Order: sequence, then C-alpha cells, then structure tokens
Amino acid sequence: MLKRLKKYSDLGYSLIAIILAFAIGALLIYLSGLNVGKAYSALFNGAFGSLFNFTQTLMNTIPLIFTGLAVAIGFKSGLFNIGGEGQMYLGAFVTAITAIYLSFLPSIILIPLVLLAGGLAGSAWSFIPGYLKTRTGAHEVVTTIMMNYIGILATSFLLLRYFQETGPIPQTVFIPESARLPELIEFSRLTWAIFIAVFVVILCDIFYKRTNLGYKIQTVGKNSSAAEYAGISSDKMMVLSMMISGFMAGLAGATIVMGVLHRFITNFSPGYGFTGIAVAVLGRNKPVGVLFAALLFGALQTGGITMQLFAKIPMDLMVVIQGLVILFVATPVLIKKLLRK
Amino acid sequence: MSEILDVIFNINTFSAAIRISVPLVFAAIGGVFSERVGVINLGLEGMLLGGAFSAVLGSYLTGNPYIGVLLAMFMGAIIGFIFALFTLKFEANHVVAGVGLNILLLGTTTWLMQIIWGSRGTSVNVTGLSEITIPLISSIPIIGKLFGSHNILVYLMFVVVILSWIVLFRTPFGLRLRVIGEHPKAADTLGIKIRKIQYTSLIFSGVLCGLGGAYLSLGHLNWFSMNMSAGRGYMALAANIFGGWNPLGAFGASYLFAFTDALQMRMQALNLNVPNEIIQMVPYILTILVLAGAMIRSRPPAALGKHYKTSR
Repeated sequence: MLKRLKKYSDLGYSLIAIILAFAIGALLIYLSGLNVGKAYSALFNGAFGSLFNFTQTLMNTIPLIFTGLAVAIGFKSGLFNIGGEGQMYLGAFVTAITAIYLSFLPSIILIPLVLLAGGLAGSAWSFIPGYLKTRTGAHEVVTTIMMNYIGILATSFLLLRYFQETGPIPQTVFIPESARLPELIEFSRLTWAIFIAVFVVILCDIFYKRTNLGYKIQTVGKNSSAAEYAGISSDKMMVLSMMISGFMAGLAGATIVMGVLHRFITNFSPGYGFTGIAVAVLGRNKPVGVLFAALLFGALQTGGITMQLFAKIPMDLMVVIQGLVILFVATPVLIKKLLRK
Repeated sequence: MSEILDVIFNINTFSAAIRISVPLVFAAIGGVFSERVGVINLGLEGMLLGGAFSAVLGSYLTGNPYIGVLLAMFMGAIIGFIFALFTLKFEANHVVAGVGLNILLLGTTTWLMQIIWGSRGTSVNVTGLSEITIPLISSIPIIGKLFGSHNILVYLMFVVVILSWIVLFRTPFGLRLRVIGEHPKAADTLGIKIRKIQYTSLIFSGVLCGLGGAYLSLGHLNWFSMNMSAGRGYMALAANIFGGWNPLGAFGASYLFAFTDALQMRMQALNLNVPNEIIQMVPYILTILVLAGAMIRSRPPAALGKHYKTSR
C-alpha cells in the first residue's frame, strides 16, 4: 500500500514539475511581448495536430528513448553519464562505416550486426570515463563532457580524412538499402526503430526488476559500501553499467543513421544526448518512465519547430523548459512545500 | 619539430595563455568557494554563460562596458543565489541541479539573444573593455609583454587569486568556511552560522563566474554567441580539483589548460601535418588526464555533495 502511494506521488511530482516549467515558460513568452496562447497551441498542433506530425514526434522520440535510457542506466549504479552526445556520435559513425563496408551481407544479418556495432562503439566510448572513475576517482561528469568534445572531433576527423563522400558536404556515402530500417508510413521517416526502442525499454525493465545482475547494479548505486560488504565488486558493476549506458547512446546514433539519415553527417544531432538527461530525470530513471518522458520531449522538439515557424517563438524555449523540468524534478522538497500552502 | 618548440617557448604563447586563462581562473575559484562549503558546483558552466550574456547586455544598453561587468556580477550573484536555494534549501542533488541550471541558462541566453538581437548565432557588436597599460611594468622586457597591457579583469583576476587564498587560509572566516565542507556537524556545534556562510560562498562563486563570463564576451570578442562558455565551466571544475581546492592551485591548473589551448590555436596556424581536429582535442584530453592524475593523490572536502540540516 505504502509502496503504491509512493509510486503515485512520484508521478504526481513529475506532473507538477512539468506544469511549473510550462508556467514559467509562459511567463517568459509573455514578458517577451509574444502571444502565449498562440505559442502553446502551435506547439501542440506541431506535435500532435496530424498523423504526419505525430509520426515526426515519434521519430524524434526514438533517439530520446535511447539517450534517456543511457542516462537512467548510469544513475542506477550511481553514475551521471552526460556523455551521451559523444557516445551517440561514435555509435552513428561506426554504424555507417560498418554498413557501408559489409554491404554484401543479407539484410537479416546486416541489420542486427550494424546495430550491435553502433551500440558497442558507444560502449567503448563510455568505458573510458567508467574505468577512470573506478581506478582514479575522476568525476564522470567532467570526463564524459570532455569525451563528448573529443568524440565529436574524432568522428569528424575520421570522416574528413578517410570516409568523406566526394563533394563539399562532410558526410559519408549512403549506407546500402539492406542496412536501412523499413519505414512504417511512407515518407514519414518513422521506421521500425520505434519497436526496437520499446523492446529495449522492456528488456531494461526486466533486467533491473528480475535479474540478479540488475539487482547488484542497483545495490551499488544505492549504497556502494553495503554492496562491497555483500561481496559485490562495485568497481566492476560501475564499469559494466557505464558500458550498458554507452551502448544505449550508441543505439541512438545507430537508429538515426539506419532509419533517418541513411549516412553519417557531421553535426547531425540537435542535442539528443543532452535532452536525454531531462528525459531520464523526468522518467525517474525507470525504463518505462523514460519511455513516456521521451515522448514528451520528442513532442516538444517537433512542436517547437512549428512554434518557431508559425508563432515566431524561438524554439530554444524548449531548452529552457528542459532545464526547468530537471531543476524541479530534482527538488521534491520544493514541490512538497508548494503543495502545503 | 623546431617549429613546434618555437611556438611552445614563444613569449606570445605565454601571454595569450594569461588571457585565455581568465574565465577559467575566475570560475575555478568560484568552484573552490562552493566546494569548500560542501556544494558540488557543476553550475559553473551556466554561471559563466549567464555572465557573458549579461555583460554584453549591459554594455549594449548603456554603451559602457564597465556597467556590463557590473551587471554580469549582479546576475552571477542572482544565479549563485538560485543555485544555493535549490541545493541547500530544497535539497536537490547537487549534480543534477547543476546540470539543470546549465541547460536552463543555455536555453534562456539563446532565447533572449533572439528576442533582443533577432539572431540565434551571435549578438550585435558592443563596446568591449579596453586595455590598460601600466607605465613602468610595460617597459620591462619580458614581464612587460606578459603583464604590462591587459584589460581591467586580468588585473582583477590576480587580485582575486591572492585575496581568495588569504581569506580562505589565513582568516578565521576562511577557517569556518572550510570546516563546513569538512565536518558540518562540528561547525554546527561550534556555533558557526552554516547556512549564512554557505549562501555567501555560493553567491560569491556566482559573482566570480559573472566576472569570468564578462571577460569571455567583453574582454575577448565584444559580442555574445550561443553557448559561448563551451565547456569552460566543466574545465574550471576540473582545475579546481587539480588545484587541490585551493585558489593558487586553481590558478596554476587553469593556466596549464589555457596554455595548452593557446598552443593548440597557434599550432593550427602553423600548417603542421597534424589535422586540426586532433590539435583541438588536446585541451580536452589534458583535462581528463589531469583530473585522473589529480584524484589519485588529492582529497576533496569530506562533506562534499552531502545535505546537512542545520540545528537552527
């Protein structure tokens, strides 16, 4: 009974945090002399107004599910991985290169293989901060941020040096048809990746709720000295957790390349890796929570573009709302105080 | 190879590094002040960005860059206060609140830039800080080149480094401040007004970041651009750790980062056979190595990141 109550209050706090963030957003629009109603209705229409708009929302939701899971999985072991952006770039790059070089393989082998390659590239990138954290204590927030810069520079270096398609645009050639994920609705760029994402969410949920390893990782996150006492190597669990986390971010990059871009392009991300932080915080680091939080931020991303086009409201408002949501969700004490009044 | 050595040991590289180090030094000392009272401050990045924006806004509105600097300090204080509210009063996880603050300020500054100047990339040009030449010092051969002619914030930085060290390590106030980060319960028992000192310290941290941000925009380029801080706040936090939570150490570490950055920029101009992307990576790689190296032998304030409820 108590447990159930806590579950509801978590959801309640998240909803209040969202409402507060939107209210402050509205205030900001109003103070800038713009029309709040027009802004928010354009935002809503852009995200859900038509079937096509909704497919675009889902398309933007997919990478956010993965980057959100990446951050949430890090948190489970007590680590804050904000290197999702860099891990995603590595994932996208390796996915594209693997697909191009193994184009002779049949689709049924190629698709899982390049997905795996993308995920592992992300893992490799997140292994470094994880290893450094356990061996030297270097704070993962700083190292993952630095790895973002290094990863984005490294992929563009490799692209420009070795893999650029002839022409002025820094991009690879297209990946073969056999490595692309099929579209669900024509011209929508919404692909089967959405099912992969939901499947991975379910897997993660089972992993943390039902498996021994998942339980061990969470014990480390809650109390690493207690975990050590129980014979769990917290160092090992942290590195492993960091690698699973990077794998998810890598999958974000892989599915973008296989489903949307069909090639690697420099600077392709509008900050999916960073939005993943807001997604995980709002989703309370629970896989199913991440799924719904990703849908919200996917909708904001998509609707934000419409809002900018039709209501002339800069879409950076969405970034403001992200920041506010993170701050408010992080402070249940504040919300409790507000409710008591 | 000799070309590279020429760049490394060139006086211009050393003097460029002083300029590049300014925002890092201010923010790193801001980091020292907040971590010494037990608050992990990842919000340095957002505070720098907010400072850079406010400085340009102040100069844009009044035409006077010094008012820009004052506005940056004021906004820094407000941001520091908000961060203190969230981490101390509302007991938010420090790391999550810091990252939230950074995202909030990235969004707010980019948004306001478009509302005020109608551009998402950069603001208009405003009057920047002019250089002040110190008569006697500027005529000494090497020292003159290094310290003789800078804008006011560079000189202020040196003052802040020394004064912060004195305050932290040579005054009763500094001792009280440090006890809070090490053992808040002991501080409480001794009757130290924990919250008051923590708030003061975090607001001061914001003011310092405001100064660092002002230097980024008014001391360097005379405009504001989107995400202008570009990770410097995180580097500053690493410099604070590498510097052993000490203003002098923070200065040394920041100067090391800045020197690498200066080197990186000058090497790009040399047309060496090394790709620019690789050269650009160097400061980031160095930050990681330094942090990994520093953490092995140094120890953070014992109560860092923990919430402590005061007895009154």
